[in-house]
Amino acid sequence: MVDSAYPSAMNSEVVFRTEHLSKIYDMGEVQVHALREVDLELYREELVVLLGASGSGKSTLVNILGGLDTATEGRVLYGDQDLTRANDRELTQYRRRYVGFVFQFYNLIPSLTARENVAIVTEIAENPIPPEEALDLMGLGDRLDSFPSQLSGGQQQRVAIARAIAKQPAVLLCDEPTGALDSETGVVVLDAIERVNRDLGTTTMVITHNVVQAKIADRVIRLSNGRISDITINKSKTAARDLTW
Amino acid sequence: MRGQLLAIVLVVVAGTATYVGMRGVMHALQETQATYYTEYQFADGFANVRRAPERVAQELRTVPGIGDVETRVRASANVDIPGFDKPVTASIQSVPDGRAPRLNQLFIRTGRMVEPGRDNEVLVNEVFAEAHGLQDGDTFTATIRGQQQQLTVVGIALSPEVVIQVEPGGLFPDRERYGVLWMSRRTLAAAYDMQGAFNNVAFSLAPGASLDDVLVQVDVILDRFGGTGAIGRADQPSHSLLEFEFEQLRGTSTVLPLVFLLVSAFLINIVVARLVNLQRKQIAMLKAFGYSDYAVGAHYIRLVLGVVTAGTALGTAAGVWIGQAMGQLYLDFFRFPVLTYTLEWPVVATAFVLTTGASLIGVTGAVVRAVRLPPAEAMRPAAPPTYKPTLLERIGLQRFFDQPTRMILRNLERQPIKSTLTVIGMASACAILVLGLFFTDAVDYLVEVQFEIIQREDLTVTFTEPTASRALYEIASLQGVTYAEPFRAVPVRLHYEHRTQDVSLEGILPTPYLRRVVDTALQPIPIPREGIVLSDRLARTLHVAPGDRIRVEVLEGARRTHVVPVVGRAEQFIGVGAYMDFEALYRLLGEGPSLSGAFLMIEKEAVDTLQETILDRPQVAGVISQDRAVEGFEEASAENLLVFTFILSLFAGVIAFGVIYNSARITLSERDRELASLRVLGFTQGEISYILIGEIALLTLVALPLGFALGALGAAGVLALLETDLYQIPLALSRATFATAATVVLISAIVSAVILRRKLHTLDLIAVLKTRE
Ligand SMILES: Nc1ncnc2c1ncn2[C@@H]1O[C@H](COP(=O)(O)OP(=O)(O)OP(=O)(O)O)[C@@H](O)[C@H]1O
Ligand SMILES: [Mg+2]
Repeated sequence: MVDSAYPSAMNSEVVFRTEHLSKIYDMGEVQVHALREVDLELYREELVVLLGASGSGKSTLVNILGGLDTATEGRVLYGDQDLTRANDRELTQYRRRYVGFVFQFYNLIPSLTARENVAIVTEIAENPIPPEEALDLMGLGDRLDSFPSQLSGGQQQRVAIARAIAKQPAVLLCDEPTGALDSETGVVVLDAIERVNRDLGTTTMVITHNVVQAKIADRVIRLSNGRISDITINKSKTAARDLTW
Repeated sequence: MRGQLLAIVLVVVAGTATYVGMRGVMHALQETQATYYTEYQFADGFANVRRAPERVAQELRTVPGIGDVETRVRASANVDIPGFDKPVTASIQSVPDGRAPRLNQLFIRTGRMVEPGRDNEVLVNEVFAEAHGLQDGDTFTATIRGQQQQLTVVGIALSPEVVIQVEPGGLFPDRERYGVLWMSRRTLAAAYDMQGAFNNVAFSLAPGASLDDVLVQVDVILDRFGGTGAIGRADQPSHSLLEFEFEQLRGTSTVLPLVFLLVSAFLINIVVARLVNLQRKQIAMLKAFGYSDYAVGAHYIRLVLGVVTAGTALGTAAGVWIGQAMGQLYLDFFRFPVLTYTLEWPVVATAFVLTTGASLIGVTGAVVRAVRLPPAEAMRPAAPPTYKPTLLERIGLQRFFDQPTRMILRNLERQPIKSTLTVIGMASACAILVLGLFFTDAVDYLVEVQFEIIQREDLTVTFTEPTASRALYEIASLQGVTYAEPFRAVPVRLHYEHRTQDVSLEGILPTPYLRRVVDTALQPIPIPREGIVLSDRLARTLHVAPGDRIRVEVLEGARRTHVVPVVGRAEQFIGVGAYMDFEALYRLLGEGPSLSGAFLMIEKEAVDTLQETILDRPQVAGVISQDRAVEGFEEASAENLLVFTFILSLFAGVIAFGVIYNSARITLSERDRELASLRVLGFTQGEISYILIGEIALLTLVALPLGFALGALGAAGVLALLETDLYQIPLALSRATFATAATVVLISAIVSAVILRRKLHTLDLIAVLKTRE
């Protein structure tokens, strides 16, 4: 089920395309179909929210798009690069150049300061923005030299976002970025993501369980049981800072 | 965890095997020696005379405290072995006709005893026979007292008198050039003009008798027959060399393996504790499910006990195997009929108690710490680690470090205890390697000092009896001799206060060129015209210092006693020595000039012909080649020490690997989350291995110098424990030893790194991201 419709106001350039994408976990006796023949296109600069029940395959999809996991069947194209044929080294290079990740757990390096956590990525990136600038963008300009243990959860998540965007990735993939945060902090984080998408034009996909958060999306995609059950174009985007839940 | 448990087993096996094995060899050799000596009636005392009628034996039997008395004829001969063109000397010893010797019985390996009256039959000592491939039925010629004789080998034999076959006056065995043979007493006496007489006697002691008293009495009786002083076992060539070798082995086999065992116990303690620490979460989980502290503790204790017990059992088995195999190797050098090997259970028990003890302490401490936490708290991640820039960064070096390097440094600095323990573990492994190797260095140094600085002669000629100086000029004028230096050796007994020591007092030139006397800085010292110079250890044994006056009792000729001032101390690693100016010695003896022999410097090509020409001279008793002596020494120490060294190094390597692998493996478990996160961010396998391996590499670099220092310290300690009256081993660590130790540690580190590098491939990126830290 391909929804070729896209918001006319937006760029029509396809960044990702999946064709009959399937992921099967072979557990010996049972086979878990995490994704079943998913066909999907993501467009440049759009913000997509991915909704779905627990176990519906959201993380699996994002991980495959981000080059962390490989599909069992079907294809994933990033531009015209076929990720399904890439080996570990090529996937590493792909992640390194094009993908920014944000996870529910911030996965910062505890031994490095906020600035250094960002710098560790910019050191190996081709066209990064300075770590200080990235952190400033996240409203953390005054906490550059704090270690993760000295930051709140929301602040840590914003460091994680700064780390993800500092290399100016082509896509930003966020797997339940507000999952571990209270609503007030969640709004701040979501606002940060929204700004990245708007100001830097980074194609962004956000997984959430929170239907309210879907209001910030250009498109909302629902997964159910490994299949895309619905794609909705959001005609009336709401700014993250106006949300409450 | 399987890999880590395996590494622990390896360390336990290595520690136990070394301990059980080395202790086992020494024990086996000593048992074997004791049994052999008892069963084959090794004599307690020996004496040489010029010639004494057989009835003197009766007189000797009346000496209070003496047990059995066996008179013998001993002849030296030049031997011509077919197919061997170098000069060979033999000592031929008589066996009683018609009965087995009462003392120093022969063990017949093959063939049979010589039969009385059959002129040409000889028994050949086993090593000599082997060196020349002699077998029963072979023949060769011997020149006894100028008479050529055709001899037939009727058997191959061993004797407790020649466990090590060494030429009298020779320092080390030369199994090709010197051999011991046995002939019927009647035949040998006829050939050597000793009918109804003897020139050598062996005797045993009655139970409880004092050796010193008996020796004095025997000397009194034999004096008028040209006795040169009776000696106890301690001075018997084979036995004293055997004791010398045993002493070295005792050193390597008692102290070192214990150090090994202690080090491995210590390492196990550390590793086990860290292993349990990693299991905090599982422990909390078990407790949350309602397992009692006791049950949880018992689980880990059982696990560790199982591993350690398995390790000890394997190690014991390996140790027994090593002990026997090495014992067999030693039988080539120490000729005993068979090796008696028994496992000493106390040794096994010690190994078991130490390793289990250490691991139990480690596991209990860690388990107690883990179970004391309420489950909820233990399952929560440990309090967020607080980091700070390291000292190196604070002093302004920060800009030189990229982020991964900062991670390495900060991780190390934040866990100083862990880092220190790892460093100590690796350093200990490095140190035991140094300990395993330093003996060879010491021996090399000893050879260098002894044979390049002190004894610089090529040949040593000894005369059958004190000879006029003319003999020296004759020898000096032989073709190929470039320089000859005389010496006069006299058996003396030194007395100071209640202490005595028998020693050969050497009269030498005031500034000798070949055989020199050196001080502790290895600088030659001149011999004063008056007084006596003692080797350092001899001076310490007698508790005398330069300036003291000692009593010198001459044990030959008129047996005069004089009081002589000690005027100097000499460095000497092998044996003990006492030196005097020629003239002073003659005054002491109350005799005119006479020589016991000469040291020669020769043209190297002439060595074989010269040796033969000199040996043919009537007044010459023996010629010893320096090169052969060095070779002999090196062969001997090669056979002895190298086996030990090899095994020690092997196990030290295993221990090093066990420790390093375990540390590295634990570091990986502690860092897997960070490493996975970095992989997600696009770091390559190589880039994240830098963080992991850089940490190990840094620790290794710190550990190496520390290990060198610990090793050197340990070596000095071992030597201090080993020093005896008889000899002293210098501490002389070579660069090669440190290089080898470093190489083994580095290889262990590299192998561990390679294994870990492969483990990084299997790092599950997604699983890590699903859980919180
Ligand atoms: N490593 C794995 N082995 C086996 N099955 C797996 C594995 N990872 C995921 N699955 C299964 O695949 C399906 C999809 O999982 P996925 O993590 O994508 O769900 P999700 O939509 O992200 O759920 P949630 O909202 O709970 O995060 C689930 O049924 C899950 O059990
Ligand atoms: Mg998920």
